[in-house]
Amino acid sequence: MLNQLTISEAAEGLRAKKFSARELLQSCLDRVKQVDGKVKAFLSYDEKDALAQAEAADKLIASGQVGPLTGIPIGIKDVLCVKDHPLNCASKILGNYRSPYDATAIHKLKDAGAVIFGRTNMDEFAMGSSTENSAFLTTRNPWDLERIPGGSSGGSAAAVAADECLATLGTDTGGSIRQPAALCGCVGFKPTYGRVSRYGLVAFASSLDQIGPFTKDVRDTATLLNAISGVDPMDSTSVPEPVPDYTKALDGNIKGLKLGIAKEYMVGGLDPEVAAIVQKAIDQLRKLGAEIVEVSLPHTDYAAATYYIIAPAEASANLARFDGIRYGARIEGADPIELYSKTRGAGFGAEVKRRIILGTYVLSSGYYDAYYLRAQKVRTLIRNDFIKAFEKVDAIVTPTTPTAAFKAGEKSGDPLQMYLSDIFTISCNLAGICGISLPCGFTAKPKLPVGLQLLGKSFGESTILKIAHAYEQSTNWRKERPSL
Amino acid sequence: MSIFCGFMAGTGMDIKYVAHLARLALTPEEEEKLGGQLGNILHYIEKLNELDVSNVEPTSHAVPLVNITREDAVRPSLPNEEALRNAPSKANGLFLVPKIVE
Repeated sequence: MLNQLTISEAAEGLRAKKFSARELLQSCLDRVKQVDGKVKAFLSYDEKDALAQAEAADKLIASGQVGPLTGIPIGIKDVLCVKDHPLNCASKILGNYRSPYDATAIHKLKDAGAVIFGRTNMDEFAMGSSTENSAFLTTRNPWDLERIPGGSSGGSAAAVAADECLATLGTDTGGSIRQPAALCGCVGFKPTYGRVSRYGLVAFASSLDQIGPFTKDVRDTATLLNAISGVDPMDSTSVPEPVPDYTKALDGNIKGLKLGIAKEYMVGGLDPEVAAIVQKAIDQLRKLGAEIVEVSLPHTDYAAATYYIIAPAEASANLARFDGIRYGARIEGADPIELYSKTRGAGFGAEVKRRIILGTYVLSSGYYDAYYLRAQKVRTLIRNDFIKAFEKVDAIVTPTTPTAAFKAGEKSGDPLQMYLSDIFTISCNLAGICGISLPCGFTAKPKLPVGLQLLGKSFGESTILKIAHAYEQSTNWRKERPSL
Repeated sequence: MSIFCGFMAGTGMDIKYVAHLARLALTPEEEEKLGGQLGNILHYIEKLNELDVSNVEPTSHAVPLVNITREDAVRPSLPNEEALRNAPSKANGLFLVPKIVE
């Protein structure tokens, strides 16, 4: 089954002409047709367009121009612009929008010969932790169809976990790559802020958003990071830091590396079974030669409150552009203000409205200092916690999520409970550092994946990839597959 | 009958006013539901008042880049037709909007 291959396995097969890019894509298409009615990872895909891209990749391969991503089918979260493809952010407000240009990350994948395949489901405008906020459908967890895949990039995680494509791109503002990767049992990477250009990514919270990959193993993550990273004149927040070959870091040698354990992450809401599984992974890292050191991140408990001021504030400003004038759906009004209000009232879903109201409030006259400015100051304290911890350690190890995947509907009525499912992933975005989640075991009953999170310094991608790869290769979790 | 009357319990938020600032039409049911949920969230956020931040500088951005500029050169841009292709209403190469001035 070609659809089950990793990127590196598929690239080898393509190079050796064991199969064609067209056959590889067809295998993914067959799988989508077989299981996506249940998993619902994709909002849409254009078979003809994908086949044309695969045929173009086959021509490149025939002429000897074959790179690590040539002919590899990659699914794209519905928040990234792909020229001439639909873009909805899983919202009704964008109507029949089609992107007039490629996001930089997409442009780079196309240049590398990848096959851009389908639009993966998400929480509307990336706001949520379960994909239940999609205006179109709720993606299901391939390990248990009654459960959610996590979010907001739930479709991207489920598509990889169900072998519907070889890898996907998602975005992470407070855990939206790492949390679904953990709940679906794949590898998810949130790069350092500024590592990957955000041009062509529909902004949710501009100071927190980053694009990153979902893959079946750590090597594939390194390969995709090689392709999408780097400074971009179209994004003035992208950082002119050289991009190393991340696959070079995967040497399996973590002897003497110092890994921090933060006691603030071993909190009450952490499921004991998840805690035990993560503890085993930490023991394994120690056996591989890493030194385990206790560190303190004293402001961890304030991260969620800080995030739920800063992210909605930025979102309320970013989403002002969806007003029915230049694109998307429009509901007419007697004057422009009525047109804007009616269009936005009808076009946005409940969670997006909640965050726009919250964000508008914390930025409004008289409340700005008490909420927004105070949150920005606490953000400094959270960032300083990490700077201090990274003086002592090379990376920090935590559970990715406090529990395994929860059931659909379980938290959708209580936004605050839903927000708290992100408590272990939020700080990383506030601090602007990088993080990865990779599978580290399964709960017993039902069998659900558990994620291990490694947090690294700013532009310390190579270090956490090295540690993640060493751990992964010493276990067999990546070989487990859900039965669908 | 609801005791909800525009102001959220325990907070100073006038939801109708904030919705107006956000140009967001809400139904009375939405106002009531959002009001209760936002009350809980704001109560949770109050947690930040436990911290003394009087001598702390705010962080607006995790990466301290400043004054990123580029050469002021003419470059190709999105053609007019492309820029308008997703417009809900257009004419003569322009977006159509309701009358603003009588």
